[in-house]
Amino acid sequence: MTPLIAAAPQFVQPEIWWTWLAPYLLVLGAAVVGVLVEAFVAPRARRSTQLTLALVALLGAAGWNVWLWVDQFAPTEFKAIALVNGSLMVSYFTLALQTVILVVAALALLVVADRSRGADDFAPTAAAIPGSDYEELARTKGLQQTEIYPLFLFAVGGMMLFPAAGNLLTMFIALEILSLPLYVMSGMARHRRLLSQEASLKYFLLGAFSSAFFLMGMALVYGYAGTINLWAITNGHALQVPEALVGGRPLLVMGVVMLLVGVLFKVGAVPFHQWTPDVYQGAPTSITGFMAACTKAAAFGAVIRIVVWFAPFIGLDLHEEIQVTIVIVAIASMLLGSVLGVVQHDVKRLLAYSSIAHAGFVLVAVAGVLPYDGQTFVFPMNSAVIFYLLAYGLATVGAFAVVRLVRESQGRGADAVTLGEATHLSQWAGLGRRSPFLAVAFSVFLLSFAGIPLTAGFIGKFTAFKVAVDGGLWWLAVLAVLCSAIAVFFYVRIIVLMFFVDPAADDTEPEPAREVVAVGALGATSDAPVGTPLAGEPEAGVGLRLSDELRRTSGGVTVLKGSVGSRVAIAVAMVGTLLLGVLPGPVLDLLEKTVNFLP
Amino acid sequence: MEVGNYLYLAMILFAIGATTVMLRRSAIIAFMGVELMLNAANLAFVTFARIHGDLSGQVIAFFVMVVAAAEVVVGLAIIVAIFRTRKSASVDDVNLLKG
Repeated sequence: MTPLIAAAPQFVQPEIWWTWLAPYLLVLGAAVVGVLVEAFVAPRARRSTQLTLALVALLGAAGWNVWLWVDQFAPTEFKAIALVNGSLMVSYFTLALQTVILVVAALALLVVADRSRGADDFAPTAAAIPGSDYEELARTKGLQQTEIYPLFLFAVGGMMLFPAAGNLLTMFIALEILSLPLYVMSGMARHRRLLSQEASLKYFLLGAFSSAFFLMGMALVYGYAGTINLWAITNGHALQVPEALVGGRPLLVMGVVMLLVGVLFKVGAVPFHQWTPDVYQGAPTSITGFMAACTKAAAFGAVIRIVVWFAPFIGLDLHEEIQVTIVIVAIASMLLGSVLGVVQHDVKRLLAYSSIAHAGFVLVAVAGVLPYDGQTFVFPMNSAVIFYLLAYGLATVGAFAVVRLVRESQGRGADAVTLGEATHLSQWAGLGRRSPFLAVAFSVFLLSFAGIPLTAGFIGKFTAFKVAVDGGLWWLAVLAVLCSAIAVFFYVRIIVLMFFVDPAADDTEPEPAREVVAVGALGATSDAPVGTPLAGEPEAGVGLRLSDELRRTSGGVTVLKGSVGSRVAIAVAMVGTLLLGVLPGPVLDLLEKTVNFLP
Repeated sequence: MEVGNYLYLAMILFAIGATTVMLRRSAIIAFMGVELMLNAANLAFVTFARIHGDLSGQVIAFFVMVVAAAEVVVGLAIIVAIFRTRKSASVDDVNLLKG
């Protein structure tokens, strides 16, 4: 009788290459240290410590990635490197996308950290009931919720892991690591807290729902292939289909489609878009910018991973099924995003519908994936998608940074009370005269969204649609161009509004938005009388008390100056957008390497 | 008993979970639907692990349990916060965001 131990599989110690793991460890490690900072550093020094730590981690990881690319990867002839027994699979595509995510996240962090006029975007304590005395006490004591920085870093860590995943389990864990902090962060807004909490709940429930789909898809693919390793699945190494599963091809197709549902939800593509407008509107504006730019980049990394590894499924071509799915989703996203964007009156909602349309445009490039021809694995869509996401990310972070500076206010002079963001479009009239820098910057971002030449958005759209044409989907590219034309309408409308329409006089009443009335109705249930003036500093709109009354009686819009960090972020985003539009050559040449992708 | 039956069970549980999420009004119950879906996926993983004679499916099940626990922490915190504000956890009542 043989001893049991001999029959057991041998444990093989995985080889850990610390050099390659350093960027993830840096970002996630800094997040863990950030949690300790919360416990051990004095409250006064916390914010600056956290901010320094986070910025160093993000830029350090980005620098490390560049070094890996130039010094470690480029001299070798490898096209992908498997780490930790294949749990991570690093390719040029991964490094490039991670660097984009890190740079854009660093810009977003500068906006998140903006504390001009003594208040950032976050509730003094998110645990307090909106409108309660406890909240008021926390505000007058000047409490800050610096936990936002570790949460931010955890989210970025998940986003870095997402396009690096070498097996489906890593991908699922990365999906959760990036989602959970985002659910929390979107519920922490300082102003209009009810909307923020509602956004958080919606995001959480729908997000959890979609990750359950992702998990089931993972189970089905595992059931078909007998392994979760993407490399093994693609090469059919483990394609010994057991008899119980004969006829399992529908199983596989359904599994892959469910995986796509999970990641397309994160992207915000139709029909998985319902959360997008609500969450973008309700979440703190700086977080919305971060979420829109970086989550989209990370999730598209995962979409491409799935498409690239499964579309040329050797011996069992899945190309057609995947392409049809992507094409349908792309058409629906472009049409719905562009058409519904036209009827929006709220800047944040409008940018949300624009983001849905952009998800569609990127998917147009993804749909151009070619079937496996038997020899080469070349995916021209990779470089187009990364460039598009960089262009979109810069413009998005910049645009939301501008949106958070345009505030509602009441009163004049020293007594002026600054409220939440003035998101209604009518309040943006005449911004060009009041604050030329912000208006010009916002126009550049909008033109980039619209895809007007000499901005990064144009080059992004051009390269993306070119991939689709090369892939034989010229009609899809034509449709995409038509949808861009529809979208131009609402972007240009805002520019006209900012520069060529006189601002409403201060005594005119802006039309009360419906949500405001609802807030008022709910505010009546709290025992604090609605609209009572606050003691202490002239800052209001925290919680319920002042969020409705003041807004309805004031026509005033103030433009905050913004901290140095947030002005730098806007300037960098604007210069980057223009530079990538005028001189895209060097970046496109660099990204050329990412099209080689050896599974 | 045939192993395939566990897969049918997993699919049925998954469908029940998905229906719960879409039909029930209480955020807590909807959230339980999500948990049911995750556990259905776990059952599928373990069954496939048995069919393939491969351990990774069972390992994944453990990972999923941990992830589900983390999700409960975040989810319940959000639901409790919104309940304390509105005295209601019904998803029909959270209707301020629209347009």
